[in-house]
Amino acid sequence: MAGRKSKTATAEKPKATRKASTKTSAKADVKAGAKADVKRANVKLKALKASGKAAGTGKTKKTPTAQSLAGVRPAKCKTKSSFVSIASGRRSAEIADVYDELERLAAYIDAAKREIAAISPHDVKDEFLLSATDELDAIIEATATATNTIMDSCELVEGVMGDVTDEVGAKLMDATTSIYEACTFQDITGQRIGKVVTALKNIEDRIDALVLALGDELIAPKVKNKTTKPKSEAKTTLTDADLLEGPQLGAKAKSQAEIDDLLASFD
Amino acid sequence: MAVDMNMNVLIVDDYKTMLRIIRNLLRQLGFENVEEATDGTQALEILKDSGGKFGLIISDWNMEPMTGIELLRHVRADDKLKHIPFIMVTAESKSENVITAKEAGVSNYIVKPFNAATLKSKMVSVLGDF
Repeated sequence: MAGRKSKTATAEKPKATRKASTKTSAKADVKAGAKADVKRANVKLKALKASGKAAGTGKTKKTPTAQSLAGVRPAKCKTKSSFVSIASGRRSAEIADVYDELERLAAYIDAAKREIAAISPHDVKDEFLLSATDELDAIIEATATATNTIMDSCELVEGVMGDVTDEVGAKLMDATTSIYEACTFQDITGQRIGKVVTALKNIEDRIDALVLALGDELIAPKVKNKTTKPKSEAKTTLTDADLLEGPQLGAKAKSQAEIDDLLASFD
Repeated sequence: MAVDMNMNVLIVDDYKTMLRIIRNLLRQLGFENVEEATDGTQALEILKDSGGKFGLIISDWNMEPMTGIELLRHVRADDKLKHIPFIMVTAESKSENVITAKEAGVSNYIVKPFNAATLKSKMVSVLGDF
């Protein structure tokens, strides 16, 4: 019975296997059949690997395939090494998964870098933040100057209190005291604005750190259209909104004398 | 005991405008002998070189390099200066600040913005009526 079964089985085997099975015992025949199974399993698992499903191969029958992934010939496999190769195959699949994740992460970071570059961090820092800081510093300076001017006038008033009647002098004293009290706003305003300036400087520092971390493409500031145009063309494309910049700061501000000279140059 | 209206008052603030305001208010209250410092370090130098002439210190808190609270601690740790009344005048109005100042030995505490009446009442509470 065993021999018949064996023959039946060999009829379904490849030619080379069938030849071998006719010459050997039933035991050898079974062994050869197992080799063929290993080959078939190997092909199947290669296909699985190609379709990205190799990670699920945990059955004993598919052991040779796992070994083939590790570069070991299935025919030479022994039971003990089979387990090692399963682990090795799983590890390979896990590493492949990690690579996939890393690729997705790299793509995400790349997209984020492009988006940040589009915001032009340099422009944000150089134009808007520095400008805002300068404007706030100018507010502090202007309010301090105004406060001191008010106090100059108060001190003049105090100086003539002795020249008036006591009743008028007392009224002047009350008035100047109220003015001095009101002038304390400058200190509070200055401190509040100082906090905002500190916050802006922190943002500047973080933008610097971001630019440094994200690389060269962010380091070069965005080239502005208006600077690439010839001066004459830039002048003609100025809109009304371009002319609304508010009070000029320090050295940028023109004096009345400079304005007068400019106007006179049109004559 | 009557308050010596000729006493020397040291005012400390990093805002020169505020120094001028306090000086003017003190003058209106009758105190003419006023000296100024713009931070704790400068104030401490003036105090140590003064020979004990100051009868009152009025100081801001938030200054650099030495803050008002640090100045207060130095003053209270100095045997020659620790008796001088110390009024903190500051925008720092959190309870923690007041408690810290009290623990450091502050005589009174005024929150900015303040008015002349508040300044006078705090001075009276420290120096006596004038």
